[in-house]
Amino acid sequence: MLTQTLRVGLLAVVCATGVALGATGAMAASQRPLVVGMALEPPHLDPTAGAAAAIDEIVYANLFEGLTAIASDGSVVPALATTWTPADDGLSWTFTLRDGVTFHDGSAFDADVAAFSLDRARAEGAPNAQPQLFQAIDRVEVVDPTTLTIHLSTPDADLPYAMGWGDAVMVHPNSADENMTAPVGTGPFRLDAWRRGDRVRLVPYEEYWGEAPQLPSVEFAFIADPTVALSAMLAGDVHAFPNFPAPESLPLLEGDARYHVEIGTTEGETILAINSRRAPLDDVRVRRAIASSIDRQALVDGAMFGTATPIGAPMPPHNAAYLDLTSVNAYDPDRARALLAEAGVENLSLTLTLPPPAYARRSGELIAAQMRAVGIDVALRPVEWAEWLTKAFRGKDYDLTIVAHTEPADINIYTRPDYYFHVENERVSEIVAALDSTVDAEERVALLQEAQRLIAEDAVNGFLFQLPKIGVWDARLDGLWSDAPVQANDVTGVRWTE
Amino acid sequence: MGLGAAGLMAAIAMLAVVWTPYAVDTVDVANRFAGGSLEHPLGTDQYGRDVVSMLMAGAATSLGVGLGAVLIGVVCGVPLGLAAASLTGWRASVIMRGNDLVFAFPALITAAILTTLTGPRAINALVAIGIFNTPVFARLAANSARQVLALDFVAVARLAGKGRARIAVEHVLPNIAPVILTQAATQFAVAVLAEAGLSYVGLGAQPPAVSWGRMLAEGQTLIVLAPQLALWPGIAIALSVLAATVLGEGLRRRLDPRLARFTGE
Repeated sequence: MLTQTLRVGLLAVVCATGVALGATGAMAASQRPLVVGMALEPPHLDPTAGAAAAIDEIVYANLFEGLTAIASDGSVVPALATTWTPADDGLSWTFTLRDGVTFHDGSAFDADVAAFSLDRARAEGAPNAQPQLFQAIDRVEVVDPTTLTIHLSTPDADLPYAMGWGDAVMVHPNSADENMTAPVGTGPFRLDAWRRGDRVRLVPYEEYWGEAPQLPSVEFAFIADPTVALSAMLAGDVHAFPNFPAPESLPLLEGDARYHVEIGTTEGETILAINSRRAPLDDVRVRRAIASSIDRQALVDGAMFGTATPIGAPMPPHNAAYLDLTSVNAYDPDRARALLAEAGVENLSLTLTLPPPAYARRSGELIAAQMRAVGIDVALRPVEWAEWLTKAFRGKDYDLTIVAHTEPADINIYTRPDYYFHVENERVSEIVAALDSTVDAEERVALLQEAQRLIAEDAVNGFLFQLPKIGVWDARLDGLWSDAPVQANDVTGVRWTE
Repeated sequence: MGLGAAGLMAAIAMLAVVWTPYAVDTVDVANRFAGGSLEHPLGTDQYGRDVVSMLMAGAATSLGVGLGAVLIGVVCGVPLGLAAASLTGWRASVIMRGNDLVFAFPALITAAILTTLTGPRAINALVAIGIFNTPVFARLAANSARQVLALDFVAVARLAGKGRARIAVEHVLPNIAPVILTQAATQFAVAVLAEAGLSYVGLGAQPPAVSWGRMLAEGQTLIVLAPQLALWPGIAIALSVLAATVLGEGLRRRLDPRLARFTGE
C-alpha cells in the first residue's frame, strides 16, 4: 500500500516535471519521439521483394530512397537523381545522380549502385511485386559515376513516376540480400530495432545527404484491433494513426481539440464487381439495373460514416483525368425495375461474396437491402481473404463481390479478358493500348476520360466510392500526409510544433 | 413466474416470424442512430432499422435455435442414454465413452468445423449446439434410468416377460421424463447463450438474418457513437437466459424426484 502511494506520488512529480519542461521551450518538444500506429505488421522490410503495403508504410522515403520520389500531392520530385531528361526519340532517359550520398553502412551511392539496383529489380525471377514498372527497360548504362542512362525497348512516358515507387528504391550490392531483416538504405532514418509483433524503431542517420529529420526517433507500433487503436490514441500511447481503422469512432476524436482528423484520398476505388460471364449478368440491361439500384450516398453515410467520396467510374477523384460519372446509371429504383422487366428477368437471386474488411461487410449489407428493394434477391456470403482470392478472384466463382482496387493507374485491368470481371469493349482496349505510347498530358486525359465513360456506360461493375485515408494525429504534429498517392507514411518532414 | 416470462418471450418470437413493426431487411440510412420516439421506442440502429423490430426478429432466431438445439439433444441423447442404461458390458461402454468424446468438443469448435465445411449459417449454430447438447441428455437419461431400473416394479415387469426395449419405453421413460424436461429448460438457456456467442464471432446467423449475438458484435464497434445499440441486445440475452433458468428451476421444484414424491414408489 505504502509503495503504491509512493509510486503514484513519484508519477505525479514526473508528470509535473514533464509539463514544466514542455512549457520551457520548443527544444524539449522537438526531442519527443514520434509513435505512429499501423494496423498491420509487415512480413519483412524489403520494399523490392514484397507487395505488402505495410513495408512501404514504414520504409518508403524514411529509410529507402529511389531515383525519384512521389510527393504528398502525387507529383514526381527529385530524390537520389537531381534531374532527368528523355531522348528525342523517347527511347531513353538520362538521370543525373546526386553526389556525396552514402548508405547507412557507409558505402557510397553512385551510378554503378543504381544500375545494380535496377538490374536486380527487373531480373528474371526477381521477387519484385511490380515487374510492370521495369517492363519497358531494355538496358541500364553507366555513363559516369553521376550519370545513368536507361535505354527502353518501347517509349515509356511514365518512367520517372515508376522510379519513384517503393519497389524501385536504391539498394547496395553489399547489403541488398539482408534488406528483409536488416534494411540498409540512403534515407534520413536508419533501422534501430524491430521488436516483432510490437514495433519497428527508426533513428536519424547522421550522415544523411539532405535536411536532417526533426525527430529524435520514430516508432511504428502495430495495433490490429480498431477498439484498441482508439484507446491507444486516447491514452497518448500512439501520436498518429495515418490510416485510422475505426471511422465510426471519429466523432469522438473530432470533438477533441487534442487531435487533428484529416480525411484524405487514396487510390482505392471500391467496386461491386459483377461476374458478367454468368447469365443474366452478361446482359448490359441487368448490369445497369444493378448499378441503378445502388444508393451511393447511403453507402457513404451508412458504411463509411460520411468519410468516402462517391465515384461513377474506376478513377480516383484527385486524378487529373477524373470525370464525375455518378450520374451514369445513377440511383433510380424505378429505372432498375424497368430495365429488369425489359430484359425479361424475373425472380433474380444472386450471391454477394464479401471479403473481411469493414467497408465490404457494411456496404454488402446495405447493397443487399437496396437490391431487394428493386426485386433482386441477394444472399450474403462472408468469406476470409484466402477463400476470396482462390474462389472469387482466381476461380471467378462468384455472382457479385465488393472490393477496393488500391493500385494507382490501374484502368488497364478493364481490358484483361481473363480478369475476374470482364466486359469486352474494343474501344476501351484500343484506348488502353494507345495510352502506353501517348506522352502528351492533354491527350492522355482525353483518352482516360473516354475510357471511364465507356466503362461506366457498360456498367462493367457497380462503382461505389473512393476509400478515404482517415488520418488522426496529435494536434501538435505538423508535416504528416493528408492523401495517399503511394502507400507510405513519409515522416521526414514531421515535427512537433510545441 | 419463469413460465410467464418464457411464455411472453415465446409469444414475441412467434409474432416476429409473421410480423414486426418495421421490416428488418430494409435500410433507411438517412434515419440512422435515431433516439427513442413514438415511431421507434428504442430508436434505430446504424442502418436506420428499428431496434424493437430487430430485437423481436432476434428473439425468433434465438428461440428457434435454442428449441432446435434442445430438440436435437433430447431426440438423440435420451435414446442413447436409455440404451446405455438397459444394455450391459461393452455396448454400454461404447455408447458412454462415445458421449464423453462428443462432450469434449465445445460447441464453438463444432460450429467452426461445420462452418468450414458448409459456410456460415444459422442452421450450423443450431446443429453445433444440438450436438453439444446430446451427451448432456444422454448422461442424464442413463443415470436416471439406472436408478429406475433398480426398482422393484421394473423387476416385476421383467418377470412378466417384457423385453429390455419395452421396459425402457413403457416404464423407464415416463419416470425420467420430468428430469429430462427440467434439464431441457436449463439447456435451452445455455443454447440461447451459445447461439449469441457463435453469432458474435460470426459463426452463426448471417445478415440479413438478425441475431442478438450479431447485434451485440456490431453494437460493440459503435459503442462510442451509440452505446444503446450494444445495450439492448445484451439486455435481451440476459433476460431470456434468466427466464429460461427460472423456468428450469420452477420445473425442478415441481418435478424433481428428490424434492417431490417419486411416481414409481
